[in-house]
Amino acid sequence: MKKKLLSMLLVSSMVAGILSGCGTSDESGKKVLNIWCWNDEFQSRFNDYYPEVETVAKDKSTTTLKDGTTVKWTIHPNKDNVYQNKLDEALKVQADASADDKIDMFLIEADYALKYVDEDADVAMPLSDVGLSDQDLADQYQYTKDIVTDGKGQQRATSWQAAPGLFAYRRSIAKAVLGTDEPEKVQAALSDWQKFSDVAAKAKDKGYKMLSGYDDSFRVFSNNVEKPWADGTTVTVDKNIMNWIEQTKAFTDSGYNNKTTLWDDAWVKDQGVDAKVFGFFYSTWGINFTLVENAGEEGKGDWAVCNGPQPYYWGGTWLVAANGTDNVDTVKDIMKKLTCTKDIMKEMTLNQEIQDYTNTVSGMKEIAESAGFKSEFLGGQNHVALFSDVAPKIDMSNVSPYDQGCNEKIQNAFKDYFNGNVDFDTAKKNFEASIKEVYPDIKEVVWPE
Amino acid sequence: MNGKSSKKKVNYAKWGYIFILPFFVTFFIFSFIPLVDTIRYSFFEYYRSGLKEIGPNFVGVHNYKELFTTDLPKYASNTFILWIIGFVPQIIVSLLLAAWFTDARLKIRGKQFFKVVIYLPNLIMAAAFSMLFFTLFSDSGPINSFLVDHGIVDGPIRFMATVGGTRGLIGLMNFLMWFGSTTIMLMAAVMGINPSLFEAAELDGCTHRQIFFKITLPLIKPVLGYTLITSMIGGLQMFDVPQILTGGAGTPDRTSMTLIMYLNSHLSSKNYGMAGALSVCLFIVSAVLCFFVYKMMNSNDLDGSKAAAKKAKRERRGAKAS
Repeated sequence: MKKKLLSMLLVSSMVAGILSGCGTSDESGKKVLNIWCWNDEFQSRFNDYYPEVETVAKDKSTTTLKDGTTVKWTIHPNKDNVYQNKLDEALKVQADASADDKIDMFLIEADYALKYVDEDADVAMPLSDVGLSDQDLADQYQYTKDIVTDGKGQQRATSWQAAPGLFAYRRSIAKAVLGTDEPEKVQAALSDWQKFSDVAAKAKDKGYKMLSGYDDSFRVFSNNVEKPWADGTTVTVDKNIMNWIEQTKAFTDSGYNNKTTLWDDAWVKDQGVDAKVFGFFYSTWGINFTLVENAGEEGKGDWAVCNGPQPYYWGGTWLVAANGTDNVDTVKDIMKKLTCTKDIMKEMTLNQEIQDYTNTVSGMKEIAESAGFKSEFLGGQNHVALFSDVAPKIDMSNVSPYDQGCNEKIQNAFKDYFNGNVDFDTAKKNFEASIKEVYPDIKEVVWPE
Repeated sequence: MNGKSSKKKVNYAKWGYIFILPFFVTFFIFSFIPLVDTIRYSFFEYYRSGLKEIGPNFVGVHNYKELFTTDLPKYASNTFILWIIGFVPQIIVSLLLAAWFTDARLKIRGKQFFKVVIYLPNLIMAAAFSMLFFTLFSDSGPINSFLVDHGIVDGPIRFMATVGGTRGLIGLMNFLMWFGSTTIMLMAAVMGINPSLFEAAELDGCTHRQIFFKITLPLIKPVLGYTLITSMIGGLQMFDVPQILTGGAGTPDRTSMTLIMYLNSHLSSKNYGMAGALSVCLFIVSAVLCFFVYKMMNSNDLDGSKAAAKKAKRERRGAKAS
């Protein structure tokens, strides 16, 4: 009998232990806002500039708003499609998820924006349903609206930044190679690819490298293509991509670059003060998000930017209200404050730590024309003035939903070719094989003559 | 009377079944059903395009046909090469260490300490280990800085840009991670040999070398065979080390792309049909290897002495007959 009692007790305590885990997780019924992104860029913008922010958790995993809402950050890296895969899984179960687990807002990048703003996929709420009017969005650059507009003409995402491309160079090295560090004169010396190669040869003679790695100039070429990467089940490699391959191979064989790969350690080191690399192709976000940190305190003031040989853009981040969100009002307010409010965005640009090129046409114009704005990092240059001319001209009509995979795989496949491990045709074959793995619906790859 | 006695007889066997039931239930739900599903999906076209799901549409053996038109043999040989360059040094070093550690005459001090040390790399997660090597051997990493600073080489050696460098690093990592546990297994095998055999050999004036090749090695043959097959099955599933070291691309020129990495690249695009077909092929190969292990473990002729005796008998008969 005693044994039975004891076993009953044990069993009941075990069951109680299991059940106690199922209690309501949210004690006070406060709202939870889930935001998904792939790095901490937007997170820090949000924490610094969203007026409703009350406190930020020590590990930055959550932010508490003034009305008690907890903002939960979910960050997955972009590389190897990890972010998109995780996001796709979560969006698939969005309808069945409990209110606190539903994604309220997620971020997308230019390379795969089309996949998420597609009207058939219907994972992004049209901004008109979120509550943003055309009036609210009027001051944004047109291209940032076009790319996220679906086939029915509904805009489904909004961005706080415009991302015109630039060439950032070391002033000290420019002086040694060209005899000047004035942005206008450097731009004149680099205004087309032929001149660019000439300068690269000169730099090599003086012991410098023109570029750091293979992929540095990729975006300049890939943005100036005639047709999008994919059409139906066919991937077409543009002539200009082949130009990139040709140029990079020539640069590598002549010793004009340092054989690094974008984002790797050696590439980061090449931006340091001891490095011998002339410059880097970047976009406006690259200055604050990457370059400032990589250059370090000693590199401050030793950099300047110019437009480079060809106009281009690179990246850019858009905010999307996830369909099925239970916090539309908060999402709307975040979008409105951070992407439609001129003063907040201007502040981001004026902050010497950030200097982002923000998505307000009139605001950028004001800064461009003001004599007082000088970037300390860029040695007193007003870079906003430089971009306010090119930003309105950005054309994103050649994007396709397959861009991320195509860009990543062609860089990977031809790295072997640049390294001298494989011949040209093998590199082509490797690209074909890997692109069909990423996108099973791609059946054919067409190369230019 | 009769009824009473049958009541008293308690059937304990059913408790045995009840206690092992949880395992079978979880195995059925979490292993068996997915296994059957994998085989089923290998006959379907089933993947994601963007956010749209395509399929499942029945396509017969189309996935298998397509699978064998790809570079599958290349990935299989990659897997084999990567395994063998890790396994050969591993078995040699393990044998040597096992022989030293168990040798009563050598009296190595701190045996326990060394056993722990050589086993330690196995405790690190393979992915972390791979990440560590990636950083150590990168173009601007500490190994290269050391080599350049001491004038051993002119410029940094680009390990990850050459086939030999990448494969060598993967082999080295697999060797470092596994030689400890193999050593410990072989030590157990050597210690299982009757010590009187060693004593007798010594009295007869055997050298160390003779003892090793004539006594130790033949007697631990079954364990060596077991190590070989289990390592082969592990090698077949090699994934995390090359995946992390090459960023999933199997660079350079896909020469470090293993079978499971290839499977993973299908899974990351949610191509369940192709991934299923590949998994079925791998399943068959593993099953064949497992069959050999099973045969070996269950044979009553572990050290091969019976087979040798039979063979000798046959030879004797043959000699007589001729």
